[in-house]
Amino acid sequence: MTARERIAGNVAGYVDDRVGAARYLKKSLKKVFPDHWSFLLGEIALYSFIILLLSGTFLTFWFDPSQREIIYDGAYEPLQGVEMSVAYASALDISFEVRGGLLMRQIHHWAALLFMVAIVVHLLRVFFTGAFRKPREFNWILGIGLLTLGIVEGFLGYSLPDDLLSGTGVRIAEAIIQAVPVVGSYLSFFIFGGAFPGELFIPRIYIIHVLIIPGIFLALITVHLMLVWYQKHTQFPGPGRTEKNVVGYPLMPVYMAKAGGFFFIVFGVTAFLGAVASINPIWLYGPYTPGQVTAGSQPDWYMGWLDGLVRMAPPLETYLFGYTISWNILIPGLIVPGILFTLMALYPFIEAWATGDKREHHLLDRPRNNPNRTAIGAMALTFTLVTLMNGGNDLIAVTFGLSINQMMWFSRISVFVLPPLAFIITKRLCLSLQRADRELVLHGRETGRLVRMPHGEFVEIHEPISAEKAWLLTSHEQIAPLELPEFDEAGVKRPQALKNKLRNRISRAVTTAVPKATETERKELADGHH
Amino acid sequence: MNNEIELIKDPGLPAHKHRRTDTDERYAIIAERQVALLFLLSAAGTMLLIFSYIFIDTDTFIFIPLFGSTNAHQLFLGLGMAFALFFIGAGAIHWAKQLMPDEEVIAERHEFRSDDEDRAEFVKTVKEGAAIAGLGRRPLIKRTAGLALGLSGITPILLLRDLGPLPTEQGMTKWKAGTRLVTDPGDRPILASDLEVGAVAQTLPEIIGEDKHRKLSDVAKDAVLLIRLRPEEFNLDAERLSWTHEGIIAFSKICSHMGCAVALYEQTTKHLLCPCHQSTFDVTRAAKVIFGPAARPLPQLAVTVDSEGYLIAQAPFNEPVGPSFWERSS
Repeated sequence: MTARERIAGNVAGYVDDRVGAARYLKKSLKKVFPDHWSFLLGEIALYSFIILLLSGTFLTFWFDPSQREIIYDGAYEPLQGVEMSVAYASALDISFEVRGGLLMRQIHHWAALLFMVAIVVHLLRVFFTGAFRKPREFNWILGIGLLTLGIVEGFLGYSLPDDLLSGTGVRIAEAIIQAVPVVGSYLSFFIFGGAFPGELFIPRIYIIHVLIIPGIFLALITVHLMLVWYQKHTQFPGPGRTEKNVVGYPLMPVYMAKAGGFFFIVFGVTAFLGAVASINPIWLYGPYTPGQVTAGSQPDWYMGWLDGLVRMAPPLETYLFGYTISWNILIPGLIVPGILFTLMALYPFIEAWATGDKREHHLLDRPRNNPNRTAIGAMALTFTLVTLMNGGNDLIAVTFGLSINQMMWFSRISVFVLPPLAFIITKRLCLSLQRADRELVLHGRETGRLVRMPHGEFVEIHEPISAEKAWLLTSHEQIAPLELPEFDEAGVKRPQALKNKLRNRISRAVTTAVPKATETERKELADGHH
Repeated sequence: MNNEIELIKDPGLPAHKHRRTDTDERYAIIAERQVALLFLLSAAGTMLLIFSYIFIDTDTFIFIPLFGSTNAHQLFLGLGMAFALFFIGAGAIHWAKQLMPDEEVIAERHEFRSDDEDRAEFVKTVKEGAAIAGLGRRPLIKRTAGLALGLSGITPILLLRDLGPLPTEQGMTKWKAGTRLVTDPGDRPILASDLEVGAVAQTLPEIIGEDKHRKLSDVAKDAVLLIRLRPEEFNLDAERLSWTHEGIIAFSKICSHMGCAVALYEQTTKHLLCPCHQSTFDVTRAAKVIFGPAARPLPQLAVTVDSEGYLIAQAPFNEPVGPSFWERSS
């Protein structure tokens, strides 16, 4: 035993004598994680969060969240002598007078955008592969919570500098709050400490942005990761992989090196973006004043779909008994997002209800093998993309020389027409891909080699695929649709006949599939039974 | 029938393929040097960061193709940091992929459901615990505890009451009959004769008194847009026409949709456009909504001139300005 090993042993022994960690760590260090590039998406989100904590802490050392008005006399000449809030002035100071301050501001903003991208793409991966199924429903709901918090946190964050662009965003948020029936005006006056904008909202959203929401984030992320750890990660199907095992690499040393290394890569890329790509140049917008606005006012991308929805809303208001209901704000600002997020959170339960499947699932689905789910995902994605695009309709119109009115009408129609179309096309595509898989297993790979038979016929040579590939293409389970009884033995309609009929129909739609190839069929083909 | 169908079988985990670094020590040494090189690149990045922080002035600008004029201090500081971090990661991952064991390991999964025995015991424990506490036997305690806990929930709500005043004067502005329109910025009164046809002016109500400071919450309601057309271009009823002065018409600048400043005026079409959500208002028809999500026209301010020829308001706005709210009556 070398001296170094002895010291390490003594330290470990000292700690274990007091906390008894060896028993737990011995097992944990050998914990197996499956490998796939798409499992890194959640990691990117986690690392962006850490980068946000680090860069955000740096910014708080100089940022002064006060709406007291001062005359600016800092380093940025074009704004000298302009009246502005202390918050905006200190954001300018960070950008121009603190060395590395602008870099940190830009890293913070880029990390926030990356955080939201990673969350959304991670969510799509989890959705399309069915990773949310039992026993992981809790983690799906936690994830939706994190997504929602992320949107709010990001919005509050870019509102803090109190520049003209962000102030316009806050103005819009205030209008949504004010539009809430009955209590809207009260909510707005309480939140802003009086009439908009007042002098209180920057200090208030500051404490929410730097303490309350990050605290909730930390708690939720911890639980999210503990569940991943405890329930063990899902894995893609493949040879040797079953519902009962995990095939991958041990935490120590491979995953520690890979995951630790990946953190530095994400941080490095974010720093690179912060160094070369200017983001949110607040000094160009000027301080916020409600009487002004910048053309091409755009929120950050994760708010863009909401803004797009608001833009395409019909001009509807109802005036009843001396009160006003602003449908043009309520529908796009609260009702539609509320319905969408609720459906998204409940999706695991809706799918389990439709299929009647209550078993645990640890093997992921290939998206084509669950056409209905994949089609629903494509539908939701199409809806979001149409609304997101409409959120930038002014910029698109200017860039491509289109009329903004035509763009708006295009979006208004598309938002109803394209999502169902995406559903139908995706479902058909999935079934076609299943058919292609079946062909591949039964007839092998097309080699492109043409052979002329003695009797003059040309045929293409097909090569059988490997046993591993054949297993991958056929290992998925194809569940039968529900057949809930509508009549009892005596032929009388059961009380829940209508409900059962509905469930049977939904189940049939959900379980549509091209029958997968079997060994029996392969043998029959080999024996020449065509 | 189903039993007869034979499914394709799992061939099992494929045989492990060794890497070159596993079989040939020479490649392992090369990989080791590559990892070391990556870590050295990271160290060089930190050096660049230190150098930029100390020796490049914060106001040094250099020209870089594609980027244009760039602040060298901030750029090299960032690049140094980026390289320093990125290559630590690249080194660690290269190390893991080339030199650490790459044989796949299989771990078993276990069902999460507890044994029936454990479940039954859990239920028993809970029931016993509740019985010992006497929850069922002492309803008085249960009910008063519920009451106390429920009531204590009111405290934080009550204490937050002073977050803000009750809503008052929503959409009410400082405009009164006779208030002069002054320029924003500048606070100069405007002679009607100074405004040419086609001109647009951003205005606010004149402040009488010592304190000339405007609160932003006042600007958020008081901002008014002044536009001069040729009188014959108007398409207004008699009352609204009487609110204009020789082709000069004034509207609240605060959008009736969500309160953004309606700042874009298109002279050829006489349309006002809100850049936030593209609500479009027709100036010749008293700011009627002709496109977009706004449901109401912009409130019109009746203007005229005083004895000195300066523009003044004839009367306050006859409706609240800005976005809708529940208590708004129309």
